Amino acid sequence: MDALTVHRLHFAFTAVFHYLFPQLTMGLALLLVILKTQALRTGQECYNRAARFWGRIFGINFAMGVVTGIPMEFQFGTNWALFSRASGGVIGQTLAMEGMFSFFLESSFLGAFLFGERRLGPRLHWLSAFLVFLGAWLSGFFIIATNAWMQHPVGYQLLPDGHFALASFWALLLNQWAWWQYMHTMTASVVTASVVMAALGAFYLLTRQHLEYGRMFVAMGVTAGLLASCILIFPTGDVQGRNIAYDQPVTLAAMEGLFTDERGAPLMLVGQPNMSEKKLDNPIYLPRMLSFLTYRRWKAEVKGLDAFPQDTWPDNIPLLYFAYHIMAGLGTIFVAVLALAAFMLWRGRLYDTPLLLWALMLLAPFPYIATTAGWLTAEVGRQPWVVFGLMRTAVGSSVEVSAGNAMFTLIGFAGMYSLLAVLFLFLLYLEVDRGPEAAADEHGAANESGSNPLADD
Amino acid sequence: MKEAHTETLWFCLVAIMIAGYAVLDGFDLGAGIVHLFVARSDAERRSVLASIGPVWDGNEVWLLAGGGLLFFAFPAVYASAFQGFYLPLIIVLWLLILRGIAIEFRNKVSSLVWQPFWDVVFAGASAMLAIFFGAAIGNLVRGVPLDRSGFFFLPLWANLRLMPAAGILDWFTIIVALGSLAALTVHGALWVAMKTAGAVAARAHQAAEMVWWAVLVITALLVIIVPVVQPHVSHRFADAPWGLVFPLAAATGMFGMKLLNGAGRATGAFLASCLYIVGMLTSAAFGLYPYLLPSSTDPAAGLSVYNSAAATYGLTVGLYWFIPAIALVAVYSVFVYRRMV
Repeated sequence: MDALTVHRLHFAFTAVFHYLFPQLTMGLALLLVILKTQALRTGQECYNRAARFWGRIFGINFAMGVVTGIPMEFQFGTNWALFSRASGGVIGQTLAMEGMFSFFLESSFLGAFLFGERRLGPRLHWLSAFLVFLGAWLSGFFIIATNAWMQHPVGYQLLPDGHFALASFWALLLNQWAWWQYMHTMTASVVTASVVMAALGAFYLLTRQHLEYGRMFVAMGVTAGLLASCILIFPTGDVQGRNIAYDQPVTLAAMEGLFTDERGAPLMLVGQPNMSEKKLDNPIYLPRMLSFLTYRRWKAEVKGLDAFPQDTWPDNIPLLYFAYHIMAGLGTIFVAVLALAAFMLWRGRLYDTPLLLWALMLLAPFPYIATTAGWLTAEVGRQPWVVFGLMRTAVGSSVEVSAGNAMFTLIGFAGMYSLLAVLFLFLLYLEVDRGPEAAADEHGAANESGSNPLADD
Repeated sequence: MKEAHTETLWFCLVAIMIAGYAVLDGFDLGAGIVHLFVARSDAERRSVLASIGPVWDGNEVWLLAGGGLLFFAFPAVYASAFQGFYLPLIIVLWLLILRGIAIEFRNKVSSLVWQPFWDVVFAGASAMLAIFFGAAIGNLVRGVPLDRSGFFFLPLWANLRLMPAAGILDWFTIIVALGSLAALTVHGALWVAMKTAGAVAARAHQAAEMVWWAVLVITALLVIIVPVVQPHVSHRFADAPWGLVFPLAAATGMFGMKLLNGAGRATGAFLASCLYIVGMLTSAAFGLYPYLLPSSTDPAAGLSVYNSAAATYGLTVGLYWFIPAIALVAVYSVFVYRRMV
């Protein structure tokens, strides 16, 4: 394996693993604010207990997100030195702002949220939950603004030495790619958190424990999840798709498996890209749908891969095609399952419909798969560019770091993250097993004994 | 040479962020190093962990924010240093991971094998981090074999000799690394002495007393050898003698912590230790200026505020958001340290 391939795998592996955690915490932060608001509004203790329970799940995920997130910021330099040197003048802005505006906020108030309930009182405790939410969502924005610049560079100036300088701060922050991509990503994280909440609620109901909380989690998860998964498709996914059609048309062609130009292009539902014969095997499709979705006209022309020089094609079209189709397919399934569950909830029959509870419970891993596939679509779709149209990935990596050194650290990360995954699942199991009712007394006791924030077991 | 006011300002701000990181994460790293010795029972160890529990993560953010600001203000330095120090940086990342989960997950399970295991991980990772951070500063002071490409690559070690910078670890950087280990041990011990009570505080007080002598010896040694290893530093202090306030601050802090700790004034001793760390790091920054990353082989190839900064527009815009941001950080910090610790 050459050094470039190892550097790419290195970033891909650590990024995919990292994003398993923030996608839950960003969405969950919003749900925690809703729970705390309910507690303030109604004065019912069950909402506070639920917030404490989910706060502890949040804490484990947040810790995992932090420790796997630090390597992401460092890897721009360690593994992508040429890219960093060329583009630091632009994306250094958003990355530095993330540290200054969101990491400090999040880390300062997470402790207050997790351990300060008694000390702060209900209003300040609500505020600490809100500030954690604000920090998490700001963090998401700055990262997405960084990625959006790589997808659709704006507000920059090309210097004589081939580096990029910032030409307009507001163009960078108001990049319309950033805003749509941000809303799409954040809605997806709300789907992950909602589905996980509903799935755990369904698990409690099916195993006949913590029934009161099981019903609360299912109701809240299904409601928030349905809303978010609808927004995920329309308008955010829809606009995101059209952004790709206008700004990265070659990526759209590869995602859809469209090899030749077509008027009234079909939307492929199933099929396998056959790269040697340049066609899709075993296709099942909706005729003319792609033209309509992209240009709002049934007979609009959509450019196929043939319209573009082959050296600008994404370098792994089958992976891109499947990542995109898995994401879109799962997104559709979420809407269907959650809509059915919401209907039964409204009719008051959801809690007594084991089949649907089973479906909700088993849905838990799929948002993670969908978001991972979504990010693969964005990143593989941008290839062969690291900055779309301006800088190729092949000239962005750290030239001084040999394949051997990079392989050493890739294997090290694989080992380290396997250990983290085992620990994470074990600790998560312990929390789920203890359940929300245990949370209250012990939490109170922990605070009673003074300033011992860690003594919560 | 052309004027570089904005660049110099950012040089100072990045140095301040790094000094802030060293002082803040320094005490929780130090607490990690000493806790096996000063806290024996599970309850005692919980009391040490409780003193850093709500703040360690925020302290580590200073490192992330400092790295982010370096990326933003001096992308050529960020790219060159992170690539050139590839192996030690990745090892630092692994240590940060292990240490973070040791702190966060230690108390999730009550078992005779679970807690002792994470305690050792916490102590070992904290000590190794202190050593690696010291070695990093040693490398910045000594310089690295940069050529006109602006890049270099150093293995972890080669033959421990200084020139031409053969590895991250040589006899000089090892001395700086041990100095960092000693300084953060004392720093952490003073924090624990200040924040706990009874036997733990007494043992921490004692540990600070003892390890202080190592700080004294290594600091004195550095005063002698740094001008030899990096002559630029002596030129800087000769050209601008006002810069001697930084080493003087360090000396004041060093003797201050000894006297105050001896007098049983834990808070004063801890603050003196903060002054020592800030004094040492600002002395290094002042001595290296205008370089961020001096070259050990070709002085003109060193990365300085003149040839490695981002364009002026971006740096100026950055000041507009940095100032309110750092003011907010001050507000959060007051809240956390007043209300939570």
